[in-house]
Amino acid sequence: MTMLVWIVGCVAALIGAGWVFRFIGRLTGGTVFRDMEIATAFGYMLALASVGLGVWLFFFVEAAVFFRWAVQGFIGFAIAAFLFRLLGRHLGPNSTRRLFRQMPLTASFGIMIVLIYAILAIFAGAIAPHGQEEVFAQVNLLPGGNVAMGGDPAFPLGTDQIGRDLLSRLIYGAQNTVGIAFATTVIAFLLGGTLGFLAATLGGWLDQLLSRMVDVLMAIPSLIFALLLMTIASAWAGSQQQLLTVYMILIIAVIDSTRVYRLARAVGGNIVVMDYIEAAKLRGEGLLYLIFKEILPNAMAPLLAEFGLRFCFVFLTIASLSFLGVGIQPPLADWGTMVRDLSQFINFAAFSPLTAALPLMAAGAIALLTVAVNFVVDWMLQKSSGLKE
Amino acid sequence: MVSVTRIVLQRLVLGLLTLFVVSIVIFIAVNMLPGDFAQAILGQGATPEAVEAIRRDLGLDQPPVIRYFQWLGRALQGDLGSSFAQANFANFTGTESGATTVAAQIAPRFANTMFLAGVTAAIAVPVSLVLGILAALYRNSAFDRVANIFTLSSISSPEFFLAYVLILFLAVLNPLLPSLSNIYSDMTLGQRVERTLLPALTLTLVVTAHMMRMTRAAIINLLASPYIEMARLKGLSPLRVIVHHALPNALAPIINVIALNLAYLITGVVVVEVVFVYPGIGQLFVDAVKIRDIPMVQACCLIFAAAYILLNFSADILSILSNPRLRHPK
Repeated sequence: MTMLVWIVGCVAALIGAGWVFRFIGRLTGGTVFRDMEIATAFGYMLALASVGLGVWLFFFVEAAVFFRWAVQGFIGFAIAAFLFRLLGRHLGPNSTRRLFRQMPLTASFGIMIVLIYAILAIFAGAIAPHGQEEVFAQVNLLPGGNVAMGGDPAFPLGTDQIGRDLLSRLIYGAQNTVGIAFATTVIAFLLGGTLGFLAATLGGWLDQLLSRMVDVLMAIPSLIFALLLMTIASAWAGSQQQLLTVYMILIIAVIDSTRVYRLARAVGGNIVVMDYIEAAKLRGEGLLYLIFKEILPNAMAPLLAEFGLRFCFVFLTIASLSFLGVGIQPPLADWGTMVRDLSQFINFAAFSPLTAALPLMAAGAIALLTVAVNFVVDWMLQKSSGLKE
Repeated sequence: MVSVTRIVLQRLVLGLLTLFVVSIVIFIAVNMLPGDFAQAILGQGATPEAVEAIRRDLGLDQPPVIRYFQWLGRALQGDLGSSFAQANFANFTGTESGATTVAAQIAPRFANTMFLAGVTAAIAVPVSLVLGILAALYRNSAFDRVANIFTLSSISSPEFFLAYVLILFLAVLNPLLPSLSNIYSDMTLGQRVERTLLPALTLTLVVTAHMMRMTRAAIINLLASPYIEMARLKGLSPLRVIVHHALPNALAPIINVIALNLAYLITGVVVVEVVFVYPGIGQLFVDAVKIRDIPMVQACCLIFAAAYILLNFSADILSILSNPRLRHPK
């Protein structure tokens, strides 16, 4: 109740401040202030107040460690994205330079993050200081590497309950989680794209059959269906944990290929009625030529955007499944499982902020990649549709 | 002229048909288990005699088609079978807790989940509508840009990330709300809401972003049309143009996205319920998946699918009602 009073009071005070701000502005006689609505003035005041609160928290409140980290991270990433864009504008071939010139900062941030993740995933073995399954004698080391606090400089982020290096596991997580999600998306696209284009070109009973099947599969919420099938897959896999991961890839690929099928069929259906397809058919070209040489190049832009979005969904589904304990299985390091295993540390936030940040780091690694991909896709869609409003 | 009732009936029949086919899919999926139920129940202690007895008990010696209709018939009467885990537990302890049937276990948890979804919807729908209208009103301003970045980030973060961030700030660092949502049947409404608030806020963050973006997009789509131009030239204020002239015509897509998000709420609660140990149907489902409690998994799946289909159906109907043009399909 008191909180509600506080909020209402703050809003009222800001509106008052906005009115005063506009009034003082009008004394100077500018047209900007004459036409300003009270809501806009309120917006300026709100922005001013939140920036002020942020600065106060950042510099004067000792306990706001997490806020300080978040702000530092935000500014750091923004500067890095800016530098990356600057680099892209002056290096490389002309075409990419032109691309970078019209790029918003969010998109260059997205591309930078995706590149970093790709490098981490490919060279995880060389970058990580230890192996992902390597078990050390030092158990439950605190992060920070401070010996007096119960850390060890050899393990910057500490070790877990059975003595595995957490930094290495985070880095290997990029390889496992991102790699598996990528493979799943590729399979989903091969399956859904092929069937969708086939349905669009051939039509008739094949189209009807596939479309109705997809309708049914899409009527079941995907995470629920994945969990149901994982139950059965775990019975099939028995004690072979590696097999379960393979089953998971196949299950999620099939479930997500239904969405790809819908898009591929819709896009393909629009292209099939074009005159150049008719001409190709009259020339006597075969089905494969039609699909790969005529339809696919023209459907590339929407499919590429869908690939990005689909990757995000697949990635989040796999992370959720792992978080629930039925996804990627140990000993493979993976971010979803790490979040679940480390989640209890969050209760130590007041005493050791770095320890509490561990589960957030694993979860944040997932969030960062999906946000980055979404930024890139958002920019691509905006560019290809030419929408400015 | 096709009457509205006929369209509604058509959609209803289609929805029921979909549900029927979905139940077949679920049944087939479950019957793809290696071995069968009997071995799944007994696990390692499966002697041939015991397997035979359970098989007869559950009617597994009958062909699958007959078993499917038996299962469906019982499910329609509210009998979803008995939970393996609870039956085992009762056998072990020798007590009759009474809650061995799936239906008896699901009922209270289903109510809890609906409560959580209700609280979330009560917060998320008004907030996202207001924010969406504001973003459309002040489009391309600093407010719109910031809102865009925030919504895009919260859509694409996994639910457990948002959940743990909220726990960190609202439960651990500033103990305002409890981080565990243990709910009993004899709590007052105020206590229940307090315990439910943190999971509800997490879901709100996820859902609001999506609804707000769609509201903004639906309104902005309309702003280029001539009648809006006319209203603006008449000298109406921007707020009046949007709320009185653009919003009614943007209602169909907005209703659609709200219903879709509510459908998401009913299924997306799974992860959030696990994080907050909220005693809802999602947690029950995940537990059942882990211990392979097949009747429970089957029943939860059916309920989730039914809720999903029902909400999609109502979205369809509402958008047809709100937009007469949809009543005349080409």
